[in-house]
Amino acid sequence: MTAESVIPGRFAPAPGAAPLRQMIAAQAVQETRQLLRNGEQLTLTLIIPLLLLIAFSLEPLIEFGGGYTRIDFLTPGVIALAVMSTAFTSQAIATGFERRYGVLKRLGATPLSRPGLIAAKTVTVIAVELLQAAIILLIALAIGWSPNASAAAIVTVPLLVLLGTAAFSGFALLLAGTLRAEATLAAANLIYVVLLGIGGVVFPLTKFPRAARPLLELLPTGALSTGLRDVLANAVVFPVKDVLTLAVWAVLGIGLAARFFRWE
Amino acid sequence: MVKRYGPATAVDGLTLTAAAGEVTAILGPNGAGKTTTVEICEGYRAADAGTVRVLGLDPIQDAVKLKPRVGVMLQAGGIPPAVPAGEYLKTLSRFHVKPHDTAWLLDIVGLTSNAKTPYKRLSGGQQQRLSLAAAVLGRPELVFLDEPTAGMDPQARHATWDLVTALRGDGVAVILTTHFMEEAERLADHVVIIDHGKTVADGTPATLTGSAGQLRFRAEPGLDTDSLLAALPTGSAAKESPAGHYLIEVPGGAVQPALLAAVTAWCADRAVLPSSLRIESRTLEDVFLELTGRDLRG
Repeated sequence: MTAESVIPGRFAPAPGAAPLRQMIAAQAVQETRQLLRNGEQLTLTLIIPLLLLIAFSLEPLIEFGGGYTRIDFLTPGVIALAVMSTAFTSQAIATGFERRYGVLKRLGATPLSRPGLIAAKTVTVIAVELLQAAIILLIALAIGWSPNASAAAIVTVPLLVLLGTAAFSGFALLLAGTLRAEATLAAANLIYVVLLGIGGVVFPLTKFPRAARPLLELLPTGALSTGLRDVLANAVVFPVKDVLTLAVWAVLGIGLAARFFRWE
Repeated sequence: MVKRYGPATAVDGLTLTAAAGEVTAILGPNGAGKTTTVEICEGYRAADAGTVRVLGLDPIQDAVKLKPRVGVMLQAGGIPPAVPAGEYLKTLSRFHVKPHDTAWLLDIVGLTSNAKTPYKRLSGGQQQRLSLAAAVLGRPELVFLDEPTAGMDPQARHATWDLVTALRGDGVAVILTTHFMEEAERLADHVVIIDHGKTVADGTPATLTGSAGQLRFRAEPGLDTDSLLAALPTGSAAKESPAGHYLIEVPGGAVQPALLAAVTAWCADRAVLPSSLRIESRTLEDVFLELTGRDLRG
């Protein structure tokens, strides 16, 4: 069939924007599907964190110290890694290529506003993080994880994760919105590997020289893993320093992204 | 409107008006300012000077009100490479209150069997058709199509023309840019030729090509065009180009029956049988090349 046989009136104008929530939900579903279908993204967000969790908890590859069981040390660090992989690395790469392929430009011509698009991306990141958390926590419990946490953890864990997500997302968009897509891909992966190494994910920060430790704890990954470990393994009620550190990174990242992001 | 990029002026005092229920074609060589003009109207960039009103609204100030009413087909890309065609339209349809049925629309653009094919695995012409479907999905009042048939095979091109004609028939305003003169001649109610960011011609295809001022015929090569010219009414011009193709022009006027009689009498005197004898107006391509020259553009 072609338009030649279309009954007159079928294309009569009847425009109108859908409610914002419906647009955000549709876009978030689309983006979540894209991430879950993409093999490289899944490797980054699920396979690497789970492999590290399983390998380092089953075999004494590193002496963690501090009186933790291996799984009790690893679980908070791997959650921090999962947050970084989704909010930073995966989001930077996906957005960088969307910019390169004109997807962001084309979306700019739809009724979905730019704040709406940012909201959809946020919903996507949080949806993927919830999926990661469910899988990581189930496997950790199966391995024998027994958290040592106060009741306040119900609030502080989501708070740390949200602040970490905001900080990582800001820097993800800063990279994706300023560099070429290939450069974003390279930089996001490099930063991921470096922060995996020095962010207190599987290698304890206590293994690093004493002078370097305060600096490493000020990196977003270090602050997130240390804060989560304090809450989930040391029963700390409120990790003030790590919350503040992540809040500063979040303001900085989002501020820089808002200032320098280029849509085309 | 005026638009500068550094020292270069992309759009230089261009004036353009398009009406509802009409197809407006913007023609121009590469780099003439077509895409810049369209993208200013779409709200992608601001003009440095001048006034732009689209459906009575400012494309940047009133973007929220305007975007739902306008459909856009970019010159290339804009669709996530890994997303299947059907799924892409489904998502986009959730942005509108009364979208077209996506399965019906896929059928209209001939992509039903490709509904599950990711965008990157569609052929160039299929990608263009998906992009076209996305532009009309939200039942817009106005559609911008930037080189819609580039890369399409003849079947897809005709299907696209049918779609544009159907849109026009239903009162949608269509603004398209194109390099295909035939496309503009067939579709457009209104043609604007731009070059170096300025309007160089503006009118209906018929007014631009003028009255039937040309007589063409084919015959054996090497006939004496000087003697032919002597037999014609004054003011006519005659030439042979290429060999065996003869063109008689009446600049600014129309071919009259007396001219036709003179040509055939001249042929009869020489025992020449002209073939493919046609009396016609200039084509849009003739007009285009005359206005924009024959130099190659970047």
